Parts: sequence; structure tokens; C-alpha cells
Amino acid sequence: MKPSESAVHAGHHHRDDVGSKIGMWLFLFTELILFGGMFLAYAVYRLQYPNEFKLAAIELDALVGTVNTIILLTSSLTVALSITAIQEGKKHLAQVMLGMTQVLALAFLVNKYFEWSHKFEVGLFPQSDVLLSKPPGEIIYFGLYYVMTGLHAVHVIIGMAILAVMMGFIASGRIAKDNAVRLELGGLYWHLVDIIWIFLFPLFYLIH
Amino acid sequence: MATTAVETGPDFYHEPSARKGLRGWIFSTDHKRIGILYGVTMMVFFTVAVIIGLLIRLELLYPGKTIIDPQTYNTFFTLHGIMMIFLFIIPGLPAVFGNFLLPIMIGAKDVFFPRLNLLSWWLFLAGGVLALVSLALPGGPADTGWTFYVPYSVRTTTNVLPALMAAFILGFSSILTGLNFITTIHRMRAPGMDWFKMPLFTWSLYATGWIQILATPIIGITLLLVAIERWFGVGIFDPALGGDPVLYQHLFWIYSHPAVYIMVLPGLGVVSEILPVFARRTIFGYKFIAYSSLAIAFIGSLVWAHHMFTVGMSDTGMFIFSFLTFLVSIPSAIKVFNWIATLYKGSIDPDVPLLYVLSMIIQFCIGGFTGLLLGTLAVNIHVQDTYFVVGHFHYVMFGGTGFALFAALHYWFPKMFGRMYAKRPAIVAWLLATIGFNLLYFPMFFLGYLGMPRRYYDYLPEYTIYHQISTVGSWVLALGLLVMVVNLIVALRKGAKASANPWGSKTLEWTVASPPPMENFHEIPVVTKGPYDYSEYERPHETK
Amino acid sequence: MDHNDQHPHDAPHVVSYGQYVLIWLGLLALTGITVALAGIDLGRWVIVTALVIAAIKSTLVLNIFMHLKFEHRMFRWFVVITLATLAIFFILLFFDYAFH
Repeated sequence: MKPSESAVHAGHHHRDDVGSKIGMWLFLFTELILFGGMFLAYAVYRLQYPNEFKLAAIELDALVGTVNTIILLTSSLTVALSITAIQEGKKHLAQVMLGMTQVLALAFLVNKYFEWSHKFEVGLFPQSDVLLSKPPGEIIYFGLYYVMTGLHAVHVIIGMAILAVMMGFIASGRIAKDNAVRLELGGLYWHLVDIIWIFLFPLFYLIH
Repeated sequence: MATTAVETGPDFYHEPSARKGLRGWIFSTDHKRIGILYGVTMMVFFTVAVIIGLLIRLELLYPGKTIIDPQTYNTFFTLHGIMMIFLFIIPGLPAVFGNFLLPIMIGAKDVFFPRLNLLSWWLFLAGGVLALVSLALPGGPADTGWTFYVPYSVRTTTNVLPALMAAFILGFSSILTGLNFITTIHRMRAPGMDWFKMPLFTWSLYATGWIQILATPIIGITLLLVAIERWFGVGIFDPALGGDPVLYQHLFWIYSHPAVYIMVLPGLGVVSEILPVFARRTIFGYKFIAYSSLAIAFIGSLVWAHHMFTVGMSDTGMFIFSFLTFLVSIPSAIKVFNWIATLYKGSIDPDVPLLYVLSMIIQFCIGGFTGLLLGTLAVNIHVQDTYFVVGHFHYVMFGGTGFALFAALHYWFPKMFGRMYAKRPAIVAWLLATIGFNLLYFPMFFLGYLGMPRRYYDYLPEYTIYHQISTVGSWVLALGLLVMVVNLIVALRKGAKASANPWGSKTLEWTVASPPPMENFHEIPVVTKGPYDYSEYERPHETK
Repeated sequence: MDHNDQHPHDAPHVVSYGQYVLIWLGLLALTGITVALAGIDLGRWVIVTALVIAAIKSTLVLNIFMHLKFEHRMFRWFVVITLATLAIFFILLFFDYAFH
């Protein structure tokens, strides 16, 4: 950045952590509304096909879903702990916590992979003969399932990437005890990914 | 605020520390350069979209084929819509004038996230290029209309996917702009500038920013679903698989209706900005205008299904949406009343910006009234999907926002480019544009009332005269636009050098040089007065 | 709440490890309740209870993990506005679908 431009930024960037947080929260709102649109579709179709949704949900393994929920909730804990750690100047502990978050996130994705491949094996994927032979409400259920959990998984991956960058920042010192806002912002993103799953879980796995 | 001696030194075009040449522009994080970049790229897209529009009107000069075949016609109105809406009117005022002026108007040196700002423009460019590329790809450009209604948008073999991707990317650009502006307004106002000392254009950008944040993601997910539908046949909108095409329309309009307020709110802000200057009076009802921007943003998010009255919704739903549609006219009307009150007993200077504003107000009102007609269920049954709708939205979007943009261009031109344009050709251009615009679009209300459907390539002979008046109007309008653009381009090279404050305006951007230096202010100002303090012009016997 | 705070950065509010763990335990408990309730035949109330519990869990995550409780009031208003917007979308959409 050229001297004059960085002067501009030094001038207005008396480092404003509150402003940075405003920006991040606003971005989170867009993610919330993005998934909100999918939940709107879910709500409409659940109203239309209450029984088929119940039938189709039997195909989902509530145990795996519960385990994944616990995994994500724990990963939110580890991220939060990493922030406290860095705020206390404990770099190493923060990295360990973030590392655990990554491991948990990976476990979530592995579970998801097995869930999806199992469904593919039994022929429950879009446009498959098995699926097309089912009543429309069930086809819609699985359509919503794949799109919503798929989009969520994409966000898990993005979250992992963001946290990896944060780990790099801690290592290089760009995130430190008196300058931890970036980690907070990364954490905020991760918690949102968790919140979305908190709603996805009962709506897909626990309709009995 | 008192006018201080304007500092000398290089303006932002000639900033010595900036990179030289093109790289100094396309990699610049300076909000003014980014605003100019938006302006230049937008002009290109606007020109293409205008030409397509003229060709559409040319085709409609006579019934039957005139110059193009039906398939081409369908791609033309699709492209015209996509380009005008996503590449011109939605980014429009915020991206060019918001970017250039917002920081200066609040006494800041830049926006809060300058690099995100540059990213916004890069995304805008990428989306625009993608949209243009879809013209050339095999399969031909999309022919679905800019609304991409299912099931046709899933089944057509034209290049819907690039168009969807372009719109998705442009949505991101819009979100980032809104995010930036909201944060900037919250955190970077100069000392002394509390919320109610902000200029009204700033208020409008704030309200618009919230719509960009809260509404745009819905179109994001909706278009993504159409793309997923085309790729994987998931069935979410396919009736054969249990899906509901009307749900698509709901989701589409949940964004696309608030989108029209993204388009118009900054335009209304420009009017509130220009009127006090050329009436030499403080704006009447500042707080009402500020709050009405927020009210329009809020209520405008509740009315979307008035685009769907004929698709088979429940009666309850239709009543409620019709009622809410009527409600949203109230804050708009409040603005118009306040504007008129501002002009009343003012010392009117009918210079070019004011002329465009006056056209804008009248045209916006016509658009608004016809919107109320469309919002009336009994009337809607007859005129939905007819030319009545086409007339209505062109009156608000073009006659309203478009003309507000021309007003903004002529108002802030000296500030942005350091030159003043010739007044007489500008007035000629305004006259041609206003006359041409109304010739072009007013007959459409008759056409729609008489039953001519929209998006039709051919028509019955009894509609011919209206189409012909309309097409001639398009030529007059095009001439006006041409004169306007040529006049401004000439001014860029040969116009008289502009002073810091040629209009005698009271807002902060007029206290810095024309064009401003890179950092806007060498010293952040301390604000003590409101933005429209023209008390020195008030006649002695006048009471407040 | 205003702009360029001229004073040095306030020390951020630090939540203790213990507080975070407590919230996590609460979240696990609520998850357990959700799963248990799903086994009971509550008919139409299944979805309502599930959503209410999910909302409680989200409130905990928002307020403590995401620090909303300790931030300036303005952030809470932002969240409320966003959720209200989403809620309105649901409600208005249902004025169509629920009356078919």
C-alpha cells in the first residue's frame, strides 16, 4: 500500500474494533438470511407434506445427527476457549483449542460424508429411480436435506479455512493479547455455522 | 459551516503517491477512485442496455416482424432487464455517488473497509463481464425474462446459468457495499455530526444499506436453487416432483421488491439533497424525511406478493399484501409533501440539477399512483402482466431513480471532475429527455389498460398507434441522453474550472477542493451546524 | 454510541473458561432434552417444542459464545431487527400458504 494510502488508513484506523465487529455481524446477518430462505422453503413444504416428511425422516440416523450436534457444540466451546486463552496471552493454549476445533469440524464432515454415501448406496439421491418412485413429499424432503446440509457443510469448510488463517495470524503475531479482534470475528463466523446446525438437526432428524 | 480557505495541492486524480496508470486505479482502495471506476464501467453496461432497449422499441414499431425474430426479442428483453436492474439501477447511486461522496459528506477520509470496497467493484466487474459473455456462449443468451421464473428457467437450453451466476456475484457486490456504508455511517462521522446533522443523502444510503444486507441473500439462495435445479434436478420447484413454482415467485420477490427500494431510496435522498440548495431554504421536515427512509425500507419488505396477485394465492394473503402495498405509499408521500414545502416561498434557482429533480418528482408521483392502482386487487386482475406494469415500473425506476441519477450527475459533476459543464446544452438535453421519456412510457398505460400483454413480440393492429408514439419517444429520449453525455464529456476537457462550491451548498463535500485531494480533509472538520442551514438567505419577515 | 473513540481501547470483556464450559454443558443438556422429547408422541407440538429448544440453545450461543450480552446494546438491536425481518417473511408467507 502506497505511503499516502496507508496514511489515510492510519488516520482513520485508530483500530476500531467495534466497527470491525459491526461489519462481521452484518455479514453474519446475510448468512442467516441466506439459510433463512431455505428454512422458508422447508416450512412451506412441511406444511404441505407433513406425513411424507415423517416417513422420509426415518431414513436419517438420529444417532449420527445427535453426535454431529454434540461435535459442533463442542467445537463452539473450543473456539470460545481459544479467545479467552489469547486474551490471557496464552498463545499455545489458543492454538491447541483452535486445533481441536478443526479436528471436531473434520469429524463432523467425515460423519456427513458417511451419511451421504450411505444414502447414495441405497439409491436415495436426486433423480435416482428409487427416489423418483417415492411420493412427491419425500422427494422434496430429500431435496431439502441435500441442499441444506450440503450448503451447511460448505460453510463448515469455509469456517475451517477462516480458523486456519486465524491460527496463522496467532503464529505470526498478528493476533495477540491486545489485538485479538480478528480471532473474535473468526469465532463469530464459526458460532453462526453452529447455530444453523442447531436448527437443522431437529427439523431433519427428529421428526417422528 | 463556515467556508474555510480551500487547500491547494494535487487532487485525487493526480495523487503523486498512487501507482501510475491503470494499476493505480484498478488496485486503488480510495473511495473516490472506486466511485469513478463504478461510474465508467456502469456507463458501458448502461449504454449496451439502452441500445437493446431502443432495438426492442424499433421491433415494436410495427406489428409482426420488424427487425428481429421472436427468440432474439425474448433474449433482448431479458438482457435489457438484467443489465438495467443488476448492472445499472441497483448499484447506481450508491456505488458511484455513495462511494464518492459518503465519506466526504460525513467528514471522513474513506469508508470503513476500503479493501472490501475495491472487492465490491471487482465483483461488479466480474458479474457484468459474465452477463455479457453469456451473449456469446453457444445456446444463446437467456430468454426467461430477468425474473427467471420456473419452470421455464429450468428447462430452457439458453445460457441461464451464466446469467444466474452473474446475478449471484452482483448480489455479493451489493451486500458488501451496504455493509461498508452502514459501518462507515455508524463509526466515522466527524466530531459534532450526530445522526440528525447528517445529510439526508446519507440517511438514504443507511436505509438502503440495511435492505442490501437483509434482502439480497434471499435472491442469492433462490438463484442458487434454480442453478441446483438445472444441475441436479432436485425438484424443489418442480411440480412433477412435488415442488411449487409459486414458492419460487415468493422467494424471488421477497428480494426483488425491496430491491426497488434499494434503487429508489438513494434517488429520493438526492432530491432531498438538491432541493434546499436551489430553493435556498432549509429542507422542510428533516426528521420526517429521515425516518420515512427507514419506514420505506421496513414496509417495503412486506409487500412482495403484490407481484403475484394472479397466480392463485389465498384471498387472505392477497388482502394483506394489497393493504401493506397501500401502506408503503405513505412514507413516500410524506417525502413529496416535504419537498413541496421546501420549495414553497423559496428563492428558486432553476438550474440544471433542479430541473432534473422537478421532472423526477412528477414522474415518480405518476409511477407511485399507478403503483397504487396495481396494488388494488380488482384493477390488478386486468392489468397484471400488461404494458400497464411496464409503464409503471419505468416511471418509478427510470423517471424516478434514473432522473435522480441525472440530477446527481449534474449536481456533483463539478465536485467530482473539477469542471463545470455548459448550461444551455444541458437544459436542452433535460428537455429532450423529459419529453422523450414521457412520450415513450405514458402510452403504455393506455396499452395495458386496453389489454396489450407485456413481453409480447407481436400485437394486434389496434395497438399500433400507441407503440409508434412510444417508439418515437424512445428516439427523442435517446437524443436527449446523447446531448447530455456529449455535453458532459466536452466539459471534462474544456469546461471551466470549478470552484470548491459553485452552487453555494452547505454540506461538507463542498468545503473541499473540486476535485478533492486523496485524503479529502487535511484536518477532520468539527461540525456545529445542520447540513441545510440557509438562514442567511431567509427574508427578514419570515418566521420558522 | 459514536464513532472514533479517541480514548485507548477498552480492555475487552473476558469470559472465563469455566463460564464457557457451563454454557456448553447447558447446550448438551438441552440437546438431550430435544432428543428425548422427540421420542414422545406430542403430535403437532413436536415441531414447536423442537424449535423453542433450538431457540434457547441459539440464545445461549449468541449471548455468551458470541458475546452479544457483553457488547454494546446496539448489536442486540441489530440481531433483533434481522430476526424480526426473517420472522415477518415467515408470517407473511404463511398468510398465503396456510389459507389455501
